[in-house]
Amino acid sequence: MPATTLAPHAITLPRPSFELVHATLPNGLRVVLAPDRSAPVVGVAVLYDVGFRSEPEGRTGFAHLFEHLMFQGSANLEKLAHFRYVQSSGGTFNGSTHPDYTNYFEALPSNALERGLFLEADRMLSPRITEENLANQIAVVKEEIRVNVLNRPYGGFPWLELPPVLFDTFPNAHNGYGDFVDLESATVDDAADFFRRYYAPGNAVLTVAGDLDPEETLALIEKHFAGIPQRRVGKRPDFGEPPLTEERRASTVDAHAPIPAVAIGYRVADPVRELDAHLANILLAEVLSDGDASRLQRRLVQRDHLVTDISAYLGEFGDPFDERDPTPLTISAHYPDAGSLDRILVGVDEELDRIANDGLADGELDRVRTKLASALFREMDAVISRSLNFAKFELIFGRAELISELPDRLSAISDLDVQAAAAALRPDRRAVVELIAGGAA
Amino acid sequence: MSAPALTATVPELGTPRRARKLSTLERTLDSGLRVLVVRKPGVPLVEVRLRVPFLSARAAHAAKAALLSDSVLTGTADLDRAGLAAAVQGLGGDIGFGVDADRLQLSGNVLATNLRRYLDLVADVLTGAAYPAKEVVAERERLVERLTIARSRAGVVAAEALAKRMWGDHPYASDLPETDDVQGVTAAHVRRLHRDLIRPDGAVLVIVGDVSAPRTADLVAKALDGWTGAPVANRVPQLPSVESGPLLLVDRPGSVQSSLRLGASALRRDDERYPALQLANLIFGGYFSSRWTENIREDKGYTYGPHSGVDHHALGSYLQLQADVATEVTGPALLETLYEMGRIASLPPSVDEVESARQYAIGTLALSTATQAGLASTLAALAGVGLGPDWLAEHPRRLAKVTLDEIAAAAAEFFAPTRFATVVVGDAASVRDPLSALTPVA
Repeated sequence: MPATTLAPHAITLPRPSFELVHATLPNGLRVVLAPDRSAPVVGVAVLYDVGFRSEPEGRTGFAHLFEHLMFQGSANLEKLAHFRYVQSSGGTFNGSTHPDYTNYFEALPSNALERGLFLEADRMLSPRITEENLANQIAVVKEEIRVNVLNRPYGGFPWLELPPVLFDTFPNAHNGYGDFVDLESATVDDAADFFRRYYAPGNAVLTVAGDLDPEETLALIEKHFAGIPQRRVGKRPDFGEPPLTEERRASTVDAHAPIPAVAIGYRVADPVRELDAHLANILLAEVLSDGDASRLQRRLVQRDHLVTDISAYLGEFGDPFDERDPTPLTISAHYPDAGSLDRILVGVDEELDRIANDGLADGELDRVRTKLASALFREMDAVISRSLNFAKFELIFGRAELISELPDRLSAISDLDVQAAAAALRPDRRAVVELIAGGAA
Repeated sequence: MSAPALTATVPELGTPRRARKLSTLERTLDSGLRVLVVRKPGVPLVEVRLRVPFLSARAAHAAKAALLSDSVLTGTADLDRAGLAAAVQGLGGDIGFGVDADRLQLSGNVLATNLRRYLDLVADVLTGAAYPAKEVVAERERLVERLTIARSRAGVVAAEALAKRMWGDHPYASDLPETDDVQGVTAAHVRRLHRDLIRPDGAVLVIVGDVSAPRTADLVAKALDGWTGAPVANRVPQLPSVESGPLLLVDRPGSVQSSLRLGASALRRDDERYPALQLANLIFGGYFSSRWTENIREDKGYTYGPHSGVDHHALGSYLQLQADVATEVTGPALLETLYEMGRIASLPPSVDEVESARQYAIGTLALSTATQAGLASTLAALAGVGLGPDWLAEHPRRLAKVTLDEIAAAAAEFFAPTRFATVVVGDAASVRDPLSALTPVA
């Protein structure tokens, strides 16, 4: 991957160039290959176009529970076999459930590539879901929720606490980890339905990055995936919600938290259909909170001493390219004095106004986008993150190539674009959730 | 473990391809700084790790060290806090400091073309960090707030309780400083600590990335030529040997889970029996296909994920076992844990278990060092215990040679349940009786 040079005074962002090979199997499976033979490792990723926004009412948490079930055995593999085959090949595996998609992946020595493809094909063909495995994984998921949310201060904050206030519809507002009552009601039939509906080859993207020969790899992919029957793929609904017109406020008590926290959320531009507006929002978030030179760090941490930390980000989990419309812009902070919330909100509004009215300082946008581009490259160094990123961009944006174009697209965003992004974040467009510290001394 | 019955055949593994040999360059500067540069193209970046020994038994050292680490980037002779941050950001860079009982570490990265200017900023911080009193006082308040947040987590409470149980009043027992100690630290203390310990003699700088190694070593020598001197001498007490003793139960009323932690001494990486212990640990609970995970997660659903591992410190290495389990199954989870420990200490593992762990250890070592960041962090950690890149290069061969008998012997010696200190953080009213049925509880 050659880097273009960064000239001393003009800002030209390095632009990564990746060789990408695309194919689509007759059953609809989209394939992206990203060969890079510098190290003998490969990343295999399969993304299904279904996340927790698509789970049915009364079945909150089902998309994530189903992700667990995909590891419990498949057409030709018994329970535990998937883990053992990956790890005894010298590899690692995981899966994760997002608002708009679910991923499954392995990082492997390249001599295990075909094995990795087989394992993914076998569960795309048919996962083996039994009453016993379902009961076991419901118990495991409940422990996952206890360790990450119920037993931990700020555990679901703000990703579980903000959406119900910021959004109105079930897909966007509900708890994606799931209510225990819903989880316990899940049945093997529910799982079969969910699989039939969303896990068709035509609803998935397969990416392989790293030490591979494209022609040989395509042949292996055909060998293992082409036999999976094509199934009808339903049209994904549009989950978009228009911007708020009136401020919303809510509070939540966290029994373990020793100091309060706040999350301020805004419904912002559609990342896919309004990409440039989305990139302006991303740059705005960096201007607001990336590092000690950022606006909110200087104002609220360093000058006013009102917050312990503060961050502004796009996407429910802080990955700005992870979801379709709607995506929130979130500003989140912990603060020691429960009485200072209003002053914090005033501080945020004043800083947004300053950007909207006075614009940015000389060089401010350039340093922020240089850093952002550098962070994007860094994320592409590991073969497994490369596989996951190409698959994600192919699935969400329709084009894996977009990753390489991001530095240029970011360079084209102007100060005025960022000003406009700041001007849109009016108090009447926000949802504010206050976390009350139930564990304060 | 045996291979599952199959109707379709799982593909065999192909012939492994060898990783390229690393091109590394090691140089010790006149100042005593050891510099290790590895050329590793890939993304157009450079990863930087500077590891400075920071172990000290002086009063309130952990508090001073934490506040130093939190305020070292708040300004230099030439740049104020925001100016320094803006300069680093403009290079497409990142810089951060972290501290533990063993070392202070600068970790950062930058676009490869900007390395020279980045090193100039690093030098400015090392030789000119100003610790403005106003900034240090503000950071002190934030540190207290962050410590309060950290200690509201069950996992942190458990780690602290286990460290105290294992190491008594040794500095290793207090990785996180006491709030009272932090309140007493001043800017003058922090400046003095910087002067005393942030010295090149004895420190190691690791640079990995899309660079020419010789040219980078020259850049470093030039950029850091104003950083000189040796740290003040520091006598550190020997580590006590771990006493198992009764299980320590720490009450966290209303806790919906119990945090189970066990610790015992282990082998250092350079011990010839270490590869055997590494594989024994994997088989017990060090990866997903381990006995402990398959038992208490995949069979019984007691936990999201148990894990055991060997932690390496400058003065010694330790086995650490951790699992967060539902309150109502705390007793049964400890029972299964003790059973699996006793089983691996008493009976040899199977050939399949050994081969799986061996391939996993070899494969994941390659994966974790296939990125610039992973390789830089690994080399810095190895340097901290006196090992170099050759250890990394030779380790797969050592793993390939370990025998089943050696693994059984290591497991018998190190996994015996009687050797471990045990801590449980949870709702004492619910879990005291079930735990007392299995083992004495303090």
